[in-house]
Amino acid sequence: MFFKLAWRNIWRSKRRTVITMSSIVFAVLLSVLMFSVKNGLLNKMEQNIVGYYTGYIQVHQKGYWDEKILDNTFDSSEELEDQLLANAGVKAAVPRLESFALAASDEKSKGVAVIGIDPEGEHLATQLKDKLVDGIYLTATSNGAMLTTGVAEYLDLGLGDTLVLLGQGYRGATAVGKYVVQGMIEFASPDLNSTMVYLPLTQSQELYVASDKLTSLVLLVDNPSGAHALAEELRSDIVGDKYEIMSWQELLPDIHQFIEAEKAENIIFQVILYVLIAFGIFGTILMMTLERQYEFGVLVAIGMRRAKLSTVVVMENVMISMLGVVIGMLISIPIVGYFYNFPIRVSGKLQEAYENFGFEPVFYFSIEPIVFYSQTIVVLVISLILSIYPMFKIGFLDPIKAMRA
Amino acid sequence: MAVIETKNVHKTYNHAVVPVHAVVGVDLKIEKGEFTAIVGPSGSGKTTLLNMIGGLDKPTEGSVMVNNVDISSLSRNELIDFRLEHIGFVFQAYNLIPVLTARENVEFVMLLQKQSKEDRDSRVTALLEEVGLSDKTDKRPSELSGGQQQRVAVARALASKPDFVLADEPTANLDSKSAENLLDMMARLNQDEQMTFIFSTHDQRVIDKAKRVITLVDGRIDSDIVKE
Repeated sequence: MFFKLAWRNIWRSKRRTVITMSSIVFAVLLSVLMFSVKNGLLNKMEQNIVGYYTGYIQVHQKGYWDEKILDNTFDSSEELEDQLLANAGVKAAVPRLESFALAASDEKSKGVAVIGIDPEGEHLATQLKDKLVDGIYLTATSNGAMLTTGVAEYLDLGLGDTLVLLGQGYRGATAVGKYVVQGMIEFASPDLNSTMVYLPLTQSQELYVASDKLTSLVLLVDNPSGAHALAEELRSDIVGDKYEIMSWQELLPDIHQFIEAEKAENIIFQVILYVLIAFGIFGTILMMTLERQYEFGVLVAIGMRRAKLSTVVVMENVMISMLGVVIGMLISIPIVGYFYNFPIRVSGKLQEAYENFGFEPVFYFSIEPIVFYSQTIVVLVISLILSIYPMFKIGFLDPIKAMRA
Repeated sequence: MAVIETKNVHKTYNHAVVPVHAVVGVDLKIEKGEFTAIVGPSGSGKTTLLNMIGGLDKPTEGSVMVNNVDISSLSRNELIDFRLEHIGFVFQAYNLIPVLTARENVEFVMLLQKQSKEDRDSRVTALLEEVGLSDKTDKRPSELSGGQQQRVAVARALASKPDFVLADEPTANLDSKSAENLLDMMARLNQDEQMTFIFSTHDQRVIDKAKRVITLVDGRIDSDIVKE
């Protein structure tokens, strides 16, 4: 009956309840959309750069990340791979030899990053094959190269054309090679898309005169969000100081900090939004508490304990708030779902600005459960905190004074 | 044995300038089955006395014994539980819970007492029949007349099987016919079930029905007349 009492009480003043619920509905809707697009953008950014290129953890020769030169490479080692794979969190260790070169076609040249890969392993770690938009994906024994569309466009190269690479190899050797373009890769990140050339690992080792040498092992991890902790774990597992094991947060501190700052900004905005909403809910609670002093006095007079009365009032507050949250979420789910499937592609100046910063000019939406349930938790906490006021009033209620009110 | 006994009860309100002595040295015994009216002009202290007997207020001095329990020494929560188990209240403005039906209003105190569903159902049905509202059980207070609401309030007061019922100006908001019906019903309950009723009232009809009339003047008992 106490539940029934609380439920009916919230409908005693329908207009007030509807207004309060509506403000919560709009706050939840706004908050969900904002949280979803921010999360979507940041997740996509992380995925575009980390998931599709650096990987979540890399292993290098100590000092390589500070000075990315071929002299800081290490010899391919089965023993190291076995040590890494012994950890259950590591699913695969994918070798790379990365360096820079001048890429040239008949007419133009451009500085590019040349990535020597184990094609199948690389696909496992960074889903590279999914980025192929034209031509054939590399195999371990290919003689050709894959270019990102940005490089191909700049150099005016198409499938079957010849790409010339010129650079400095291991220990100062000259690195020169020519390769038939056999595939085109397209990255969402404009930065990556304008700089990458992929060769099979053996071809790149030959180009750079670095037989059996690697610049990095990219680790395919079981749980990307736990990469940092896993890197810590691996550092203690791998004995000696020959290698550096770095999580993506250490590899790309600028990106990591940017993502963290954006998340913090998102939280601040949501806090402001919910503080405004909290005042709205508090207004309702205040009016309801003051209006019902007499009734509270009667209930305590006839034998209802203050704690039980407080429970009913808290139930009322939670019900109003949760109704608002549920309706807000029910409205937001199809909207978020739509934009998840059809992200907003920006154009014009905004597109340029995004691309200048190296971001994909698309507003992606996230449908992670946290986008939705975090709102429920926040509103529930707000309504519980605001319930302190009527609980306080009821706790100190004098039934005689209340019935005189 | 006295259901209620007050011993030298005083109630003084410490107003800023002059203390107000609302009740002064009241000694009173009320036996089971009495039908008593406490009367007096406005400000004579009858509501204050009723509040102290009902455990809603504490005396500044003296004691209030209900069934030999000194209720003026009970804690806040003990007092609430005591009121729930031993005292029924009927208020001037009915004071039913507006969102509950007549049946649910009567059942409410029994729920607070944690009585079983079977007990609640049978007692609520019997009480609403007793007060002549068996055909209005599913009506909310706003759908009932003032007299009907006060009957539901009486049924609610009796639902917890109290030792006595305190009724503060129960007929003040009722028309003559409704007031007459309500008083007849209470008199019948007093007669048939030996239910003790104590009224605070100005209403001559209540005074006429009462078997004992206590008159308060300036917080003191001026007269205490038991009718033959």
